[in-house]
Amino acid sequence: MIPALTLILLSQLAGETISRGLGLPLPGPVLGMIFLLVAMSVSERIQAIVRPVAQFILSHLSLLFVPAGVGIVAHLDALRAHGVGVLVALIGSTMLAIVVGAAAFVWVAKLTGSKADD
Amino acid sequence: MTDPFKLWSYLSATPLLWLWATLVAYWIGDTIFRAVGRNPFANPVMIAVILLGGVLLATGTPYHRYFDGAQFVHFMLGPATVCLAVPLHANLPKVRRAALPILAALVAGSATAIVSVLAIAKAMGAGPELLASLAPKSVTAPVAIGISQELGGEPSLTAALVILTGMIGAITVTPMLNALRFRDWRARGLAVGVAAHGIGTARAFQVHETAGAFASIGMGLNAVLTAFLAPVLLSLFG
Repeated sequence: MIPALTLILLSQLAGETISRGLGLPLPGPVLGMIFLLVAMSVSERIQAIVRPVAQFILSHLSLLFVPAGVGIVAHLDALRAHGVGVLVALIGSTMLAIVVGAAAFVWVAKLTGSKADD
Repeated sequence: MTDPFKLWSYLSATPLLWLWATLVAYWIGDTIFRAVGRNPFANPVMIAVILLGGVLLATGTPYHRYFDGAQFVHFMLGPATVCLAVPLHANLPKVRRAALPILAALVAGSATAIVSVLAIAKAMGAGPELLASLAPKSVTAPVAIGISQELGGEPSLTAALVILTGMIGAITVTPMLNALRFRDWRARGLAVGVAAHGIGTARAFQVHETAGAFASIGMGLNAVLTAFLAPVLLSLFG
């Protein structure tokens, strides 16, 4: 548990340092994810240490969005002021982007012969 | 005996109460989600947000006071993002073989997310500040806030729009892609990661591990791509 958390936080810390330090558009945790991915590819020991703790944290990923989600309450007035237009735009655009993205994936996968094997 | 109002004002100011309330609200949301056969419309994040939002409004508790307690949960978002390396590592061979489809879905999904939200909002009378706040709505919150700021949007409004987008994506993705008969978990995951960032990714993991891994990639790559695309595409709607 402790070695795993140490490695995870170290990856994030390295990510934050480099992202902030170089002013990259990539958020620190995403860069940290890449560092951990590289470390796991190099060392099977790191894989074994990190895997159970990461799987535990990820199995509760939805919970972690609740505090930010409640922030909508702080913006109810602003959202109400902009009316249904915003909601229509968000729903329409999000659904369209999902379909277009999935369709583009399937189309190019077919063209390049990249098969899903499950 | 202590005056109950004094007791409340003490408790409502401690991080303990709101940390606990966050866990309880999510527990209730997750229990309902399971009780209705994991129906995507009973999204546990949405249920928890509605419950907690109602409690805050009813008790007149300001959001920043709630957040003093909830920040311990919120903090874990960073480490959890790092942990996405684990499912990604397990799916690395699949990801390598799908590099071109990933790239195509990323560009198509990202551009569609930005252009369509601007077009619909503009048609419904949105002004320039609202358009700038909406443009990065599909991107993970910390990056979206930065983009919104640079475009002349309202960062805190963007944060709320990002969360709404995530919940909309998490709720609609499964029934919509089932109806359209998309069966490739890679395509389904990547599309929802691009369009609905971390909340969409969390949803993808509920459905299938491969979908979750591809959603993680979509979310990460789209954070970078939108930073470049949003200013260009927004200028078309000036």
